[in-house]
Amino acid sequence: MANIVKNETRRDFLKVSGTVAGGLALGFYLPSGPRMAQADAGGGYASPNAWVRIGLDNVVTIMVARSEMGQDVYTSMPMLVAEELEVDINKIKVEFAPPAEVYINALLGGQLTGGSTSVRDAWEKLRKAGASARMMLIAAAADDWGVDTGSCKVKDGVVMGPGGKRASYGSLAAKASQMEVPRDVPLKPASQFKIVGNMRQKRLDTAAKVRGTAQFGIDTRIPGMTYAAVRMPPMIGGKVASYDDSRAKNFPGVKTVVQYSRGVAVVAEDYWTAKKAAATLDIRWDAGPNANLDMRGLWQGIEQASAQPGAVFREHGDTDAGMMNAAKTITSEYRLPFVSHSPMEPMNTTADVRGDKATIITPTQFQQLIPHVVAGATGLKPEQVEVITTFLGGGFGRRVEVDYAIDAAEISKAAGMPVKMVWSREDDMTHDSYRPAGIYKFTAGVDSSGKLQALRFHSTSPSISSRLFPSVVKDGIDPFAVEGIDNFPYTADAGLRFSYQMHDTGVTVGYWRAVSHNLNAVALESFIDELATAAGKDPIQYRIDMLDMGSTKHQWSGLSAGVPVGPRMKRALEEVRKKSGWGRKLPKGRGQGVAVMEGYNTVIAMVAEVTVSSGYDVQIDKITAVVDAGTLIHPDQALAQVQSCINYGQSACMWGEITVKNGAVEQNNFDTYRVARINEAPKELNIHFIKSDSVPGGLGEPGTAVVQPAIANAIFAASGKRPRTLPYTPENIGAST
Amino acid sequence: MKIAFQVNGKRTSVDVAPDTPLLWVLRDTLGLTGTKFGCGKALCGACTVHLNGMAVRSCQTQIGSVAGQKVTTIEGLGGNHRVQRAWMALDVPQCGYCQPGQMMSASALLAMNKNPSDQDIDAFMSGNICRCGTYVRIRAAIKAAAKMS
Repeated sequence: MANIVKNETRRDFLKVSGTVAGGLALGFYLPSGPRMAQADAGGGYASPNAWVRIGLDNVVTIMVARSEMGQDVYTSMPMLVAEELEVDINKIKVEFAPPAEVYINALLGGQLTGGSTSVRDAWEKLRKAGASARMMLIAAAADDWGVDTGSCKVKDGVVMGPGGKRASYGSLAAKASQMEVPRDVPLKPASQFKIVGNMRQKRLDTAAKVRGTAQFGIDTRIPGMTYAAVRMPPMIGGKVASYDDSRAKNFPGVKTVVQYSRGVAVVAEDYWTAKKAAATLDIRWDAGPNANLDMRGLWQGIEQASAQPGAVFREHGDTDAGMMNAAKTITSEYRLPFVSHSPMEPMNTTADVRGDKATIITPTQFQQLIPHVVAGATGLKPEQVEVITTFLGGGFGRRVEVDYAIDAAEISKAAGMPVKMVWSREDDMTHDSYRPAGIYKFTAGVDSSGKLQALRFHSTSPSISSRLFPSVVKDGIDPFAVEGIDNFPYTADAGLRFSYQMHDTGVTVGYWRAVSHNLNAVALESFIDELATAAGKDPIQYRIDMLDMGSTKHQWSGLSAGVPVGPRMKRALEEVRKKSGWGRKLPKGRGQGVAVMEGYNTVIAMVAEVTVSSGYDVQIDKITAVVDAGTLIHPDQALAQVQSCINYGQSACMWGEITVKNGAVEQNNFDTYRVARINEAPKELNIHFIKSDSVPGGLGEPGTAVVQPAIANAIFAASGKRPRTLPYTPENIGAST
Repeated sequence: MKIAFQVNGKRTSVDVAPDTPLLWVLRDTLGLTGTKFGCGKALCGACTVHLNGMAVRSCQTQIGSVAGQKVTTIEGLGGNHRVQRAWMALDVPQCGYCQPGQMMSASALLAMNKNPSDQDIDAFMSGNICRCGTYVRIRAAIKAAAKMS
C-alpha cells in the first residue's frame, strides 16, 4: 500500500490545532479503499491531521485515531509509531484524534473502529509515520551540523552525530517540520523490534483507569452543562403521540422539557432530578408498525422466509448430484436468538448545539459519521460540528451506531443549552441494535466413511448492513451476514452450495462483536461435530482430515484471510489437542468439545471442558485456546483480548436472549438479561499463541464466536444432548436430542 | 435540605433531595466521577463505594441515610493502595469502566479477609459485572494484593 505524503498537511494541522508553534506534525493520506462509510456519510471532512506531534518541549504526542473500548488501541497503536520514531513509549502523550480523512481505516473505508481492523490497518501505516518523522528529524540535525544524514543515529528522542553532537527531537522539531517528507521509508525488520512484541509492555491507560481519572463519555463536564433523562417509546419503531409534562416542569431543578425525534427529554440541573421528573411524564405512545410483534409471530416469519431460495454466495461442483451419490445425508437446523450488546457504560452524549457551531463529546466507535448526522439533525453544516471522542466503557459494536449522539444534539438544540444526555440501563437494553436472530440449515452428503462430500447451507436472518451501509449489500447478499462460512475451511469434493435469505423482522439489528461469525460459524462448527459423531470419528482428527489445503480466493471474505488457511488450522488443531489434554478420561458428566475458525485473518482452535448436571446446568471448567494471529504487537493485551472474547461469547451462548412482546423488548437490566459473573467464568483459561512473523490478524472479535460451538460440543460430549437452539439453557439443552 | 458527611476524609455538605442516590451526589454534585453508573438497581456493582469501610452500591444508597457517615470512593483509595498496585501490575482493566467498582469491592474484601480463597473471591465479587472479561485477572490481582503490605 503506497502512502502519498503531503507536505502541506502540517500547516493545516498547526492552524487547526494551535499546537506548539514550530512543532512537527505529519499526516498521511491513503489511496482509495472500499470507502463504504465515506460514500454513505457523504464526504466533507474536517482539515487533515497528523499522527505524530513533537513539541519544542520534547513532548511527543501520538494521535490514536481508533476508539479505546478495552481492546488496547491506546497502547498498541502508539507502540507502532514509537518503534520507528525511537522514543520511549512510556513517556509519550496520547490523544484521541478528531474526525478527518487522514484517519480513515483503509480496511473499512471510514474512521470507524470495528471489524478487528485497528492494528491490521495501522501495521505499516503507523510505523511509516514514525519512520518518516525520525528521518525528517535526522535530516534537520544533519543540515544544522553540515554532515551526512547517514552519519547520524537516533536513540530515545535524541539525534546523535559525528564528534559527540547531540540534539533533542524537541530542539529539532521546528526545523524538521520544514524538511522534505521522505518518499521512500524503509521499515525495521522484525528482528530489530524493541517495542513491538515486548512481553512486558504495560498499557498506557491503566493508571488512569485504576485511579478513576480516565474520562469516559458519561464523565464529561463542560461549563453551563445540564443533564437530560429521556423517555423513549417502549415499542420498537414507536413514536410519541402526545404528552403531559405539567408535573415534570414543576420539579425544582428542572430547566425544561423538550420533545425530540425519538422521545421526550427532561433537562435539569442534575441527572437525578431529570430522571425523577422524567418518570412523571404522562406520555401517550403511538405504538407504530410493530405493535403486535411477539416471538411466536417473529419466528414464524423467519421460518417462512427460510423456505425461500435466497441468494447463493458460494457454490462449486454439483451439490445435488453429490447428495444423490452420498452414502448418507444428514440434516440439521440451528436457531440463534437476538442478543444485546450491553456495554457497562450506558449510551450517553454531551452536546452543545449553538446557532453556528456544535460540540459533541461522545463515546463513539464511528466519529467520522457524527458531523454528518448531527448536521442533518440541527441544520448546521458538517464542518461546524466538532467531535471529541472519550474513552468508551465498552463498545462491542453498539457504538458504531450514532443514534444517541443525534438524540443529544436534538435535545441540546431544543433546550438551547449544553446537555449531557444519559440513558438508564433500561433505556440502553431496550433500545439496542441487537445481534440478528436467525435459522441456519445444513444438509450434508457423506460417503461410507462419514467424510463430507456435499454440503448445502441456507441461512435466514435480518441484514444489518441494509440499514447501516446499504451500498455494500449486493444481489441480496450482505457481506456481514455470510462471514464465518463464506470462508468454509473444509473440502466437499462433490459440491457445496451456500445461500442467504435476508429477512427483516422489525427488530433493529446491529453489528455485535464478531458479527455473523457468531451465527454462521457457531452453527457450522456445531454441525461439523454432528458429522464427526455420525462418522464415529474423533472430532479433532475428523476436522484435520477434511481441511481445505488449497488457495481458492473467497468472494465475500472482506475482513478474513480471503483464502483457505488449511495449514494454519491444522497446526492450531494439533496444538490444541496437545495443550488441552484432549481425549483423556474424564469423570461422568464432564466432556470436551472442539471448534476451529478463521476470522479477521486469525485462526483459533479452542477446546472447552464442561460439566453438565442431570438437570442440564452447565459449568465451564476450562477453555484451552491456540491462536495464530500473526505478529503480536502487544502480546499481553493480545492475550487479554482472547480472555475477553471467551467471556463475551460465554455470556451470549449460555444466557443471551432478547425477546419481544407487543413490539417491546422484554429484558431491561442485568436481572432479566444474564451475563457472566466472576463465579461463572471458566475456572481455567489456557491460552497459547503460535509464534509467527506474518502480518497481524485481528483479535478483538474472533474468539467470541469460536468459544460458543466449543462449549456446545462439550455439552454434547458431557451429556449426549446436542443443543441446536441457543442459548444453552437447561431448557434448551433438555429439549434437544 | 443540607446533608453533611465525609468523603475521602474531607467533611462536606450537599443541598439535595434526601432520596437522591449517593452515586449522583458523588458524580454530579461533588464531581467525583470515578464512581460509575451501570444499572441503577444494585445489579452490576459499577457504583460500589465504601460506607464506613463496608462496600455498598451507591446507586441504592440514599444520601439522606449517609448523613454524618464516612464515604470512600476510588479517588479516596489513594492511588497507591495495594489493590490499585496489583491492578496496575497485572494490567487488569480493559475498557476500565467497571474497575473502580471492582477495586472498591476487592479492597473491602481484603479488609475483612486477609487471604481470600477462590470461593471467597467468587462469593464477594460476584456482584460486580465486567463485560470485557477481566475476571481471570481480577482473581489474580486480588491474590497478588493479598500478599502485598
